[in-house]
Amino acid sequence: MQSQTYNYKVVRQFAIMTVVWGIVGMLVGVIVAAQLVWPELNAAEWLHFGRLRPLHTNAVIFAFGGCALFATSYYCVQRTCHTRLFAPGLAAFTFWGWQLVILLAAISLPLGFTSGKEYAELEWPIDILITLVWVSYAVVFFGTVATRKTTHIYVANWFYGGFILTVALLHLVNSAEIPVSLTKSYSAYAGVQDAMIQWWYGHNAVGFFLTAGFLGMMYYFVPKQAGRPVYSYRLSVVHFWALIFTYMWAGPHHLHYTALPDWTQSIGMVFSLILLAPSWGGMINGIMTLSGAWHKLRTDPILKFLITSLSFYGMSTFEGPMMSIKTVNALSHYTDWTVGHVHSGALGWVAMVSIGAMYYLIPRMYGKTEMYSTKLITTHFWIATIGIVLYIASMWISGVMQGLMWRATNPDGTLTYSFVESVKASYPFWTIRVVGGVLFLTGMLIMFYNMVKTIAGQKPYEAPVLAPAGAHA
Amino acid sequence: MADFVSGFWNAYVMVLVFLSISFCVFVLVSNMTKRPSGPVGLHDHVWDETLQEYNNPLPRWWMYMFWITIVFAIVYLSMYPGFGNNQGKLGWSAVGQWEAEQKAAAEKYGPIFAKYKGMDLNAVAADKEANAMGQRLFLTYCAQCHGADAKGAKGFPNLTDSDWLYGGEPETIKTTVLGGRMGMMPPFGPALGADGTKDVANYVRSLSGLAHDSLRAQRGKELFSQNCAACHGPEGKGTPAMGAPNLTDKTWLYGSSEATIIETVTKGRTNQMPAFQAFLGEDKVHLLAGYVLSLSKAAAPAEAQK
Repeated sequence: MQSQTYNYKVVRQFAIMTVVWGIVGMLVGVIVAAQLVWPELNAAEWLHFGRLRPLHTNAVIFAFGGCALFATSYYCVQRTCHTRLFAPGLAAFTFWGWQLVILLAAISLPLGFTSGKEYAELEWPIDILITLVWVSYAVVFFGTVATRKTTHIYVANWFYGGFILTVALLHLVNSAEIPVSLTKSYSAYAGVQDAMIQWWYGHNAVGFFLTAGFLGMMYYFVPKQAGRPVYSYRLSVVHFWALIFTYMWAGPHHLHYTALPDWTQSIGMVFSLILLAPSWGGMINGIMTLSGAWHKLRTDPILKFLITSLSFYGMSTFEGPMMSIKTVNALSHYTDWTVGHVHSGALGWVAMVSIGAMYYLIPRMYGKTEMYSTKLITTHFWIATIGIVLYIASMWISGVMQGLMWRATNPDGTLTYSFVESVKASYPFWTIRVVGGVLFLTGMLIMFYNMVKTIAGQKPYEAPVLAPAGAHA
Repeated sequence: MADFVSGFWNAYVMVLVFLSISFCVFVLVSNMTKRPSGPVGLHDHVWDETLQEYNNPLPRWWMYMFWITIVFAIVYLSMYPGFGNNQGKLGWSAVGQWEAEQKAAAEKYGPIFAKYKGMDLNAVAADKEANAMGQRLFLTYCAQCHGADAKGAKGFPNLTDSDWLYGGEPETIKTTVLGGRMGMMPPFGPALGADGTKDVANYVRSLSGLAHDSLRAQRGKELFSQNCAACHGPEGKGTPAMGAPNLTDKTWLYGSSEATIIETVTKGRTNQMPAFQAFLGEDKVHLLAGYVLSLSKAAAPAEAQK
């Protein structure tokens, strides 16, 4: 049989763009955080907070997170199916198509074109492009799974597969809209139904894009980097099925105490609580994979990234169900607590697991196993961790403070604080947040330098396809 | 409860909720194995050279946690609305809770405000305690537009001077807060043209002694009497009954620069103060009106000295 290689080109492209878009998205995040502290920074209409904020969320979720998911899923699915990537032309199209989506987002959002749906702001022509890219992604991924040389499908691929299928469904349903011009459309739904569809989408974007997809990443890179078998196959079965079954219901917890019917709110809350155990299943399986190899945490900064990301994952998936309880939500909703919660997931879990995976992946794209500098990875880890802690801690404090200030009343029933007093009281914490964000961004710049030094002078590499081993042989 | 348009959706929700919870129970029960006495074995599948899986049993504490949340869900759905049309044993509803809280608040706090109901507004304005409450109400409901110091902003009147668009009589102020106001100046751009608009603007500036082009002001005077005097009066002193401002003083809602006045005349202005009667009730509005009156009274002596 002629020796075949894995398709690393598309993996390499996505991996490099993960770092690039990470820097861009986080820079915009730092800018919007600074705009809250220094409102004068809202310099021009296309630099206004209201337009840059969706750019930040789209850039970090879909550009940074999306590229990381494409890169790692293409890498993982080939290597664990022991076959070259299916439909290479389509795979190349997913790269260039996705970059075009990002570019169009970076232009249209600052110009003010938006469908007004959170995390789905892009207008209808871009929505169609996303659909085309996503269908191609599904063909490439599932085509590779279908042509695998192993009998069983590795657990990471279940999660990647679940993520790809569900995101297709979410995007199609939520983005149903009626175009009125090339740059303007209206949602196909109205009123509270529109809000419910939006948060069904919004929370499942968290559940499937930012959780299931990255759990797939975790299931490949944690056991690989630790050199240890996954802790429990049984646990992965239970938590996978329970997770994808219950996440679908959790959206209504974004709409507690609104016009949404009572029954929908209750169901959103109880299923969010049921989600706690399935979410923690992933954390346990990842962290316990390290048992017998704990000493590696001392010396291996990539493992530090991966294991810390699982700790943050466990923390934010505990926090989430708690915040979905209506009485807790009555305090936390609309405050910075929500923002802190999102970022403990986004920075702590999503970004850290992606960064760890990229440090593993990037040298291998050039036939090496190590980055240019392991010391710089350690530096990156500590700077990023301190940045996250500053960010989350400041948002917790300001969030709880805002919630308490808003509900405080005088003996005559009038409010103790006017809204603007709570804004004023939030300034110190918003300043700390900027510092946390700058630290995290600095870490990404160090990563970029390390990446350039790793790549410089190296030839792109493609590893030979391995023959299956063990029971798969 | 009429959340569903037909009985089908009620059944649909019940079936799906039942299936989803049952499914969690099923995957949990079907994987509850005991820890083997010997070492935990590895599955014999290997992927990508090194990827293997142990077959450790589910951690007990984790399983218990899962069970607790499932039991909680079932109990909660039996007590609260959530299982289709089922209202739950407690008979709770969000609207019911809101109404109960409103009622409790009205009973507890209502008398505090009602105490001042019959009091003359001038007396309310002079009452220290009433003013403290009025200020708290003002900071919650009025400061968004009029500012925490009540000095207003562009388009939002200053309440601390003695100049009033609709009149500063105590009862008039209260009427304004109760019923709101809708101020509308029609656009004159099409009727006057660019040149005519500029002439009128210069005349208006001359009324309050601001720098102006006297030739234009002279031409503007004629246009003013034809187009503007109906509301602002022949001398430009305004008509409080319809909220048309006095143009001869130093108070400007939108600004006194030539460019701003041209913009006002050309495009007109529409402005609304919302009504608070239904939202706050008359007792609270009474205190608010007293507070606003006190701000104006405090300013009056200072202005008289100028």
